[in-house]
Amino acid sequence: MLQLAGVTVAFDGRPVLDGVDLDVAAGEIVALLGGSGSGKSTLLRVVAGLVEADAGRVTVGGQDVTALPTHRRRVGMVFQDDQLFPHLDVAGNIAFGLRMRGIPAAERGPRVAELLDLVGLAGLGRRRVGRLSGGEAKRVALARSMAPRPAVLLLDEPLTGLDRDLHDRLMSDLGRLLRAEGTTALLVTHDHDEAAAIADRVVQLGQLGGRAG
Amino acid sequence: MGHGRPALTTPHSDRRPDGDRGERRVNDLGAGWRVALAAPPALAVALFTVWPLATLLVAVTHGSTLGRVWHLPRLGATLWFTTWQAALSTVVTMVIGIVPAYLVNRLHFRGRAAVRALVVVPFFLPTVVVAAAFLAVLPESWHGTPWAMIAAHAFLNVAVVVQVVGAMWAVIPTDLTGAARTLGAGPGRVAWHVLIPLLRPALASAATVVFLFSFTSFGAAKLLGGPAHPTLEVEIVRRATQLGDVAGAAVLSVLQLVALAATIAASAAVQRRTRVALRGDARPRPRRWRDPQPWIAAATGAAFAVPLVVLAGRSVHGASGWTGAGWTRWQDTGRRAGLGTPVDVGAALATSLRAAALAAALSVTLATLAALSIHLARRFGWLLDVGLALPLATSAVTIGLGMLITFDVAPVDWRATWWLIPVGHAMVATPFAVRALLGVLRSTPADLRAAAATLGATPRRALWEVEGRALRRPLVALAGLTATISLGEFGATTVLSRSGTETLPLAIGRLLGRAGDLPRLQAYALATVLGAVCATIVAVSGWASRPAPEGR
Repeated sequence: MLQLAGVTVAFDGRPVLDGVDLDVAAGEIVALLGGSGSGKSTLLRVVAGLVEADAGRVTVGGQDVTALPTHRRRVGMVFQDDQLFPHLDVAGNIAFGLRMRGIPAAERGPRVAELLDLVGLAGLGRRRVGRLSGGEAKRVALARSMAPRPAVLLLDEPLTGLDRDLHDRLMSDLGRLLRAEGTTALLVTHDHDEAAAIADRVVQLGQLGGRAG
Repeated sequence: MGHGRPALTTPHSDRRPDGDRGERRVNDLGAGWRVALAAPPALAVALFTVWPLATLLVAVTHGSTLGRVWHLPRLGATLWFTTWQAALSTVVTMVIGIVPAYLVNRLHFRGRAAVRALVVVPFFLPTVVVAAAFLAVLPESWHGTPWAMIAAHAFLNVAVVVQVVGAMWAVIPTDLTGAARTLGAGPGRVAWHVLIPLLRPALASAATVVFLFSFTSFGAAKLLGGPAHPTLEVEIVRRATQLGDVAGAAVLSVLQLVALAATIAASAAVQRRTRVALRGDARPRPRRWRDPQPWIAAATGAAFAVPLVVLAGRSVHGASGWTGAGWTRWQDTGRRAGLGTPVDVGAALATSLRAAALAAALSVTLATLAALSIHLARRFGWLLDVGLALPLATSAVTIGLGMLITFDVAPVDWRATWWLIPVGHAMVATPFAVRALLGVLRSTPADLRAAAATLGATPRRALWEVEGRALRRPLVALAGLTATISLGEFGATTVLSRSGTETLPLAIGRLLGRAGDLPRLQAYALATVLGAVCATIVAVSGWASRPAPEGR
């Protein structure tokens, strides 16, 4: 579903990713392990089209998307600090991607409700995002990125910064949620246990040609 | 407080912890000290702002004066013109300002600070200088038209858009728009569905400030709009100073107060914002000079320099070619018959400098005391806050008019004193200074003073060590800014000035009103000097108050 071939990125002449190759099969959840500064976030951003690679190719669902802008790549992303739209409520955030794809309001409602249910926030659709707890915000971010059924879902340290209890609970939920939707996912983390608990396959970024972190 | 130059300082978040509210007060400054801090600014506000405005209101409601408003000639036309030119000025300013607001706040390139300075400095220039510059740069056929005036309003106020909208724009995380893009939004829809909703409070706030400044425009309106297109403010001054109809002027200025209050209320209703928390990296993106954006930014900055460069050029280039007459032949001013009082440039310069020095000293002192009082106040701080903000919600001409009719009877017959004009300037400048200082004070963590107290500092000592240190650099900048406000003040000065107290802006205004090549050259020369002085003060005080470098 997702192929990277020879992805190379340098910032100010300093190599961050050097010829990274990676294949993720449809429905597979791959965890990418690497320390801080190893370029794992950058790799996700290259897949999303938020950072331009200096060399290499990105293929999503058999289509070369290297030259496509982010909004045409059909990738979803959960950002490390959620990046919920502060001017929209929970339902508005989850519906955003559906609106962008031109899905009529009549179909958006049920899908939003379905996702709220899936992430365990049923009935919180009208809440302002500023009033969510850290764990709730993370669930909304996940629901928002899954709503338009992206071909590939990217998760950037999705459980970092949560307190231990919440972290452990969400860790067990996350794999279940992704599989419930049959999502193809690429997740980056620095936590071995987290990677093993969620993913079908764990990959060390260092082995792919990233800088050993 | 709905508007004003607070505007031009980056909004500071209130970083006091929530627990602050219930904190014990024993560590606070004693009541005696707090009263002593608040007394001077409170007295000054009561004497020089509240009383004159009250006198104005009383004069208007007295007897049949109020009814006269319906019989003033051209009232409807003046109101309508003032409103539509302000609305159009606002639209033009917003449209022109949004591009530099983006370029200097979201992108990083070599020369970015210079571009920002070029676009922002006009805001601090005296309106007479800007008016002279637009007379110099625009073709004769534009002189005396609303279009010249609207162009000048945009030139003056683009800074408001760049700073107010830019301050908000600068903290929108790159990943937030990135998130919208991963959800399928192209550039247009990112702007429509994410950026504009987030910027809306800042856009509304900037638009309100620009509208109010354009609505109460006096210098640009009088010198560029010409006698055929008076704004309300110009008409007030004409009644008060040329027709001797002070009562009519007072009626008009109260009418203007009502219009301004309505605008501020409407804007406050639109802006009622919920504080949105934005997290994430919002660092400006680097752009090199091989990209197009730095060139667009440079062209914008250069365009803002054109009127001033042309002004300086036209001061040495008259109808008959290159000449130094505008800079040298001062003894000729007004010697020819029928020109009225001659312009005494030396005296005007001395008056202006003396006024600027006194106004700056007074307003920095009052603003510091007032800001500290409001910062430390328990219950009545808002009273001082509102009182000090009054001049922002009125207009310079209204303040001047209020002072004119208040201070003309013994024992307060101060109209002939030299210090009444500087005091007026200080009252106009102080609210801006207070806003800026409050921003600084509110961004000092409350726990710093608590920490000082645990280390043995008395409340007074803790205040000095924490707030005192935080204010030091901003105060230097404010001294400069209040001096430029005084140096360029035109509205209040026009109303209050009597013979022998003419300031530089007034001298320039009079020279611009005269026919002939020499007065024009002289006006341009003086405007060049005044503009250069003000720009230098702004640049130097901006440099002196730059934040101390932070360790990363």
